[in-house]
Amino acid sequence: MSLTKSDKTIIASIWSKIATQADCIGTEALERLFTSYPQTKTYFPHFDLHHGSAQLHAHGAKVVSAIGDAVKNIDNIKSALAKLSELHAYILRVDPVNFKLLSHCLLVTVAAHFPADFTAEAQAAWDKFLTIVSSVLTEKYR
Amino acid sequence: MVHFTAEEKAAITNVWGKVNVEETGGEALGRLLVVYPWTQRFFDSFGNLSSASAILGNPKIKAHGKKVLTSLGEAVKNLDNLKATFSKLSELHCDKLHVDPENFRLLGNVLVVVLAIHFGKEFTPEVHAAWQKLVTGVASALAHKYH
Repeated sequence: MSLTKSDKTIIASIWSKIATQADCIGTEALERLFTSYPQTKTYFPHFDLHHGSAQLHAHGAKVVSAIGDAVKNIDNIKSALAKLSELHAYILRVDPVNFKLLSHCLLVTVAAHFPADFTAEAQAAWDKFLTIVSSVLTEKYR
Repeated sequence: MVHFTAEEKAAITNVWGKVNVEETGGEALGRLLVVYPWTQRFFDSFGNLSSASAILGNPKIKAHGKKVLTSLGEAVKNLDNLKATFSKLSELHCDKLHVDPENFRLLGNVLVVVLAIHFGKEFTPEVHAAWQKLVTGVASALAHKYH
């Protein structure tokens, strides 16, 4: 699975919208993850996960920032996320199933914020992109 | 068995009351075929599926999407009894249609995205979670009679 030229154009365009509210989008995606999939909270026993929590906000910002790095280096996501890939494989060891869940919650968040822009093509491109990001992050698991 | 709290039931019926079944059904099914092109395997007889706009404008896809979402309406009316509600449809999808249940999960998630587009801020994390529970319950009910 690889990104076409058209995918990349769409991904960049949607990213420019996300970037205007990056922190909020990231935070909301995490809130949706924890609300819809409570088992994902098991990775954050050390966090205050209530709405409005500073930790949640900081983490949401971190997640979206990393996605931004992937967008800006879309032709070499592997290299852009190499450190994060190692972090997830050796330290965090988040079960791979959870990447699908967070990806879905990100799409729902973007859809809710940018309904006019989130066309079927945009959804397809971003679903593909997040799948690639997820596979880069789980690549070194074993 | 899936159990819905009073709040979850309210969130579900509230949203459902404002859904245009025909449009939303066509949109969800169309997006499924665009975002996950391999799902087109079930629709060879439906005509032009050559591009996103062809798929979303395809009258057969729209009609079928409406059918599918109307059936979800039955789920909304029978939240406490999803397995029984979808028993016959489950047999149909296994024995006649030969649909991998994974497709029900994919469609459920696409529907949630479509609802987010239509409802925006109103589709809060809590409302979203209630709908995830519903689509998971429906997918599970549709897979229940598989053998």
